[in-house]
Amino acid sequence: MSQQDFVLAVEGLTVSFDGFKAVNDLSFYVDEGEIRVIIGPNGAGKTTVLDLICGRTKTTEGSIKFRNKELTKMKEHQIVHAGVGRKFQNPSIYEDLTVFENLELSFPRGHGVFGALAFRRDAEVMAKVQEIAEIIFLDDQLDQRADLLSHGQKQWLEIGMLLIQDPALLMLDEPVAGMSVAERKKTAELLNRITQDRSVLVIEHDMQFVEDIAHRVTVLHQGKMLSEGTLEHVKNDPKVVEVYLGH
Amino acid sequence: MFASNHFFKRRDLINYGLLAILLVVILPLSMDIFRLNLVGKYLSYAFVAMGLVLCWGYGGILSLGQGVFFGLGGYAMAMFLKLEASSPEATAIQSTPGIPDFMDWNQLTALPWFWEPFHSLTFTILAVLFVAPLFAYLIGVAMFKRRVGGVYFAIITQAVAAILTILIIGQQGFTGGVNGITDLRTLMGWDIRTDEAKYILYFVCVAVLFACLLLCHFVLKSKLGRLLVAIRDREDRVRFSGYDVSNFKIFVFCFAAMLSAIGGAMFTLQVGFMSPTLVGIVPSIEMVIFCALGGRLSIIGAVYGALIVNAAKTTMSEAFPELWLFAMGALFIGVVLAFPNGLAGLVESLRERFLTSRKAAAAAPAKQPEPEPDDADELDTNTRAVSQS
Repeated sequence: MSQQDFVLAVEGLTVSFDGFKAVNDLSFYVDEGEIRVIIGPNGAGKTTVLDLICGRTKTTEGSIKFRNKELTKMKEHQIVHAGVGRKFQNPSIYEDLTVFENLELSFPRGHGVFGALAFRRDAEVMAKVQEIAEIIFLDDQLDQRADLLSHGQKQWLEIGMLLIQDPALLMLDEPVAGMSVAERKKTAELLNRITQDRSVLVIEHDMQFVEDIAHRVTVLHQGKMLSEGTLEHVKNDPKVVEVYLGH
Repeated sequence: MFASNHFFKRRDLINYGLLAILLVVILPLSMDIFRLNLVGKYLSYAFVAMGLVLCWGYGGILSLGQGVFFGLGGYAMAMFLKLEASSPEATAIQSTPGIPDFMDWNQLTALPWFWEPFHSLTFTILAVLFVAPLFAYLIGVAMFKRRVGGVYFAIITQAVAAILTILIIGQQGFTGGVNGITDLRTLMGWDIRTDEAKYILYFVCVAVLFACLLLCHFVLKSKLGRLLVAIRDREDRVRFSGYDVSNFKIFVFCFAAMLSAIGGAMFTLQVGFMSPTLVGIVPSIEMVIFCALGGRLSIIGAVYGALIVNAAKTTMSEAFPELWLFAMGALFIGVVLAFPNGLAGLVESLRERFLTSRKAAAAAPAKQPEPEPDDADELDTNTRAVSQS
């Protein structure tokens, strides 16, 4: 298979923090349109992998190719412009701004200093913000300050901020953690809707949720790949069983 | 200009109007020229405080070295005025006529090269406007591109202030040393020491102040203003929304530097000298206090902050010279603890309380209260912002 077929190709990825290898010689490939879930026990390096892909942490060794573009040398905002969006584990939104302003700032225009000065709220921006707000169930709260939203709504808002960027690869770090059952359901519905025309990389602990959305699953353990395949496959992999259930 | 986001809200217009009435009508009519000239001096600090509102209040970048930029602007203006005051006729008794007196005292026999261009007023104005931002740009690139921020940045700006002061004092022959550049007389042949000139310069200062207020208003109303708040709150998220955060920090730092430099030039024109005591660490910190007291999220608050603290300083230091510094320190601590958004925040919360009580009173018979126009929540954004950071 040529590299072209993958939206994301991670090869030999290693990061070392003062000698401790949080991610160790990891390779995996994500296809166009695939929903890949990364699971693994605490400290397996799941979040670190996302940090490495989006440029938040610098890679020690190895390569990360997004549509054949090497990401390890790029800066965070360049990676975003290339088409990779990242949602953090704790809702990371601008709490002092309104929902509208949160989405507006994420609209992919006027990213330079002078572009930002000249930026205007034209019909296109208004329409796009409205559209996204409807998708994330927040269209009647556009003028609400973001810090007054509930935890689940904040998570949705952050997902909305990513959607408005329209990334080709969406990375979500525990999108349903801390949500109520009802919110969880709505989020699964939301994710199913938004993942149709893009690739998604999700970290999640909730196995029910994983079962609902995952095409393929990668299991990490101590920074290394333990198993990979369908959920059914990894569930029956004796190595995985041992790590999860103990000796 | 901004379809859904009016450039001036009614409250903005009232606030600017009140400030204009105070500065243009009330103060000039009620004060003699000596006092009015002092107000003009305080207003020159207001430029710095305004810059700090953008840089610190909105952008979250605390600079403890704004005196550096104030000084760069002030010295540029002073160099021009000094050259004009040092004509060969006026300095005929010196061993080298035609150079500033302090150079002659320091055995310099020719004008240093970097003084030469300051014969031109155009060059001087350009220098006032652009030397400080250029210097800020260099500091900004060196710091922000490496993601140095917060306390480290504050300490470095403070160190720069200390270095520049030492440099100015040490290079007496080039800079006038600890005395600064004094005995400034005319601007293009126009005597700036007369009462009439002081009146005119006061009004020029007020006009420039309003021009700068409008410029700041424009920046804060643009998307860049909201981005600054976003950067203050969640720098990482801004990066992952596709912005190069360092560029915005550099911009706002340079912008604040330019405002400070304009303030410095206005200071020199109105007070008639420039010295290292206005450049160093202490004045730089005082400028932060003006901004904090006035309200670090309000450009108009910064103007009032500069006026009130300096008026208090003048009165207090005349009456109790020893106590003044302690009083100022106590004032700063008190304000930060009690009203984190300064006077502007205080006024705002009073206003809001008044409005809600009036609305409640009006709602009782009317049953359905009118929804408050989007007016109120924006300010809310500002007032609540600081209590968190």
